[in-house]
Amino acid sequence: MSSPDTTLSAPRTFKPYPQQRPLLKVWLAAVLVLIAFVVVPVFGNDYWLNAILIPFLVLSLAGLGLNLVTGYAGQLSLGSAAFMSVGAYATYNLLVRVPALPLAVDLLLGGLISAVVGALFGLPSLRIKGFYLIVSTLAAQFFVEWIFTRVSWFSNDDTSGVLSAPRLTAFGWKIDTPAARYLFVLGVTSVLFILAARLVRSELGRRWMAVRDMDTAARVIGIPIGRTKLLAFALSSFVTGIAGALWAFAYLGTVEPHGFDLNLSFQVLFIIIIGGMSSIGGNFLGAAFIVLLPILLSNAAGALATVGIEAGQLQNLQKILFGTLIIVFLIKEPDGLARLVQTVRNRLRDWPLRA
Amino acid sequence: MGFFLEVLVGGLLAGVMYSMVAIGFVLIYKASGVFNFAQGSMVLFGALTYVSLVERHVKPVLAFGVTLGALVLIALLIGRLVLRPLVSRPPIVLFMATLGLSFILEGAAQLFWGAQVHGLDLGIDDKPLNVGGIMISQFDIFAAATAGVLVIGLSLLTNRTRLGLSLRAVADDPLAALAIGVRLPRVWAIVWALAGFVSLVAGLLWGARLGVQFSLSLVVLKALPVLIIGGFSSIGGAIVGGLLIGASEKLAEVYVGSLLGGGIENWFPYLLAMLFLLARPVGLFGEPAVERV
Amino acid sequence: MTTSSNALLSLDHISLSFKGVNAITDISFAVRAGEICALIGPNGAGKSSLLNVINGVYQPQRGSVHFDGHAYRRMNPYHAAHSGIARTFQNIALFRRMSVLDNVLTGRNLHRRSTWLEQTLNVGRARSDETVQRSYAEVVIDALDLQRYRHTTVGTLPYGVQKRVELARALAAEPRLLLLDEPMAGMNADEKHVMAGYVLDANTQFGVTVVLIEHDIGVVMGLSDHVVVLDYGKKIADGAPAEVRSNPDVLAAYLGTRH
Repeated sequence: MSSPDTTLSAPRTFKPYPQQRPLLKVWLAAVLVLIAFVVVPVFGNDYWLNAILIPFLVLSLAGLGLNLVTGYAGQLSLGSAAFMSVGAYATYNLLVRVPALPLAVDLLLGGLISAVVGALFGLPSLRIKGFYLIVSTLAAQFFVEWIFTRVSWFSNDDTSGVLSAPRLTAFGWKIDTPAARYLFVLGVTSVLFILAARLVRSELGRRWMAVRDMDTAARVIGIPIGRTKLLAFALSSFVTGIAGALWAFAYLGTVEPHGFDLNLSFQVLFIIIIGGMSSIGGNFLGAAFIVLLPILLSNAAGALATVGIEAGQLQNLQKILFGTLIIVFLIKEPDGLARLVQTVRNRLRDWPLRA
Repeated sequence: MGFFLEVLVGGLLAGVMYSMVAIGFVLIYKASGVFNFAQGSMVLFGALTYVSLVERHVKPVLAFGVTLGALVLIALLIGRLVLRPLVSRPPIVLFMATLGLSFILEGAAQLFWGAQVHGLDLGIDDKPLNVGGIMISQFDIFAAATAGVLVIGLSLLTNRTRLGLSLRAVADDPLAALAIGVRLPRVWAIVWALAGFVSLVAGLLWGARLGVQFSLSLVVLKALPVLIIGGFSSIGGAIVGGLLIGASEKLAEVYVGSLLGGGIENWFPYLLAMLFLLARPVGLFGEPAVERV
Repeated sequence: MTTSSNALLSLDHISLSFKGVNAITDISFAVRAGEICALIGPNGAGKSSLLNVINGVYQPQRGSVHFDGHAYRRMNPYHAAHSGIARTFQNIALFRRMSVLDNVLTGRNLHRRSTWLEQTLNVGRARSDETVQRSYAEVVIDALDLQRYRHTTVGTLPYGVQKRVELARALAAEPRLLLLDEPMAGMNADEKHVMAGYVLDANTQFGVTVVLIEHDIGVVMGLSDHVVVLDYGKKIADGAPAEVRSNPDVLAAYLGTRH
């Protein structure tokens, strides 16, 4: 038997790159946190906060949720909007019917209720495999939309069909300015992202990827497939549910069933395709894309008008662009922007040593 | 009893329309192994193009021909630019690509022709006929008849002609078909052209019924449960599945829906499909794959 | 021939058929604890099917499997894994998008002592559990000389290395019985020699009983203590390598003079 290979553990003698300088990483992270938590809310203007940053954060969170079940565990879900809806309605009912509970608890419980619903609609995945599974999540999508429309109890018997989001307060702090809402969303999103990053690197994350890559082999080595899949649906819906609550309360300001339709599910799916499936950071990239592209387009409306495309058609142009990008990404870079960014970073790291 | 029959017949006839759209899916699945989510958008594109041409005083027959040509061209482009690069990828990836395609086609169709609703007149009166005490729409009968002709034509084509034989060979094992000299690109082109034809016919019929508008592309969401029940690769299955979904949907809406407040037709077919899948994961007519480890 | 009394694994009159085609007909044999047993025979003789019966992927129509003192009329893969049976596959069943280390760590899943919640929040048994699992994974990676590939995505590795990773994943589970389906397929003479060394290490260093399917007679003779020969789904010889080699039925099956 050959002796163990030790050449790769010899210390490097050239100047270390930032990846190997933990102190630099800590500084960069600190600067980022400072900008995100202090600079932006203090100096940011309302438009940016309301129309760009808040939806960006919430959509990143929704993308994270979907990524857990579809990107990591390989179970395709087209029902993200439905689970967002469950989280929103659950949190709404708790806020309105049990006002004694603090906001954090309401969110947590809303997420848990969404998790249970998610696990329920994930049960078929124990028998149905691959592409056929979209039937279950599509059923969830249509059923949830229907039940929140029909059963008025969920809407606190409000007849208008569109509920206005109640005032949010946390620890006595009134969350009623754009900056306050932004900080609240940022806080929740950060916590969930950190937890999710740890989760996917744990044994459960590994089991999810095993089930995704080859579930017959996973079964043979003793991984409990059913439990693993259900946990994927449950945890994914937990995150997605909280994202839904944030979407309704911190962004839209309203809660209505048709705000969580199939189109939103598609949007979230596009976020993870473009951002990168089985990636944590990629969700931010994908969400940024989805949020910024329409804005870019409407800003370019003047230029587009000269080519004969009127403003009313911008939405159609957007559709074409999204569709094309999906296909391009699927063909060229199936691991999304996250992989693209990593490739660029690696190239920059080697430059100018590359010939 | 008469009312029940009326609802049933109405449901069956609606089911015929579903079947027609589903057949388009089956054709593409047999040839390219992919569930073409963009089929609905192709239906919309076809109907929209036809209607817009007719509104611009193009003769219906010519409009039909031009539209068919456009659809076939689109189908070929899809094959070349989208399906070929993705040939070895898992079905989920292909499905997501067709999702992207559907967005492109929808956006393009409405960018080109505008987003208003168009009425489509095929020259058939929608006066209800009284058949043995039950009221049946004339239009539905015409649609059913068209579907019948289509199915018979396709069956004859598949089972009695050489082309049909090549088609079945390709569907069964593309590599083996290649080995015996079948020209794959030609067969694929023909199948996609056929699917385009079926889509156009379905689009015209649906458009005449509902008006040609964006929601036409949502028929794909109705076709999925049909295919799940009937299997993705069987035309007969598409018929049976379509009839089943159509009938059960209408019956459920009337008898169960009244208890639940109505509007259940969106999710009921999916619930049905899910139950079917749990009982028989390959659909009524699908072939179970023997997994060799 | 091994008697059932000191056998770790014994098969009793196993018969398996697929839709009327008989894959295996009335096969019985026993494997002693600690030995390396080779299953040989012409292609299509039913060897892979037999392994699939042992770890529960296929259910035999007749017969039973006795493992570690328990009799199983019907085994399933999950149960087999938990009883201490691990295996590799003919067509490499690795998790292609994960690294070598992650693949080997999945093999440790049966030995995990902390829950996902503990691991996410890094509380309770999570830290010590992770250390234990990683240490053992490193032992296995070390034993199979996979250190340099530790963080490489498995799908990008050469075929021979992938086969080693699959063996590592199986060993990481600390099994009692290891089923190897053609572990040396597609390798040249040198690679086979090296792989045979690893299989021997699995048996001696890790104390695992091995049942392997192999075509190379040289490897079989050198490596195994016990040989079982199959042909057309039936057992035609069973004994020490030397006796099997000179068995006229075996010679006839390989040279095709009978039938």
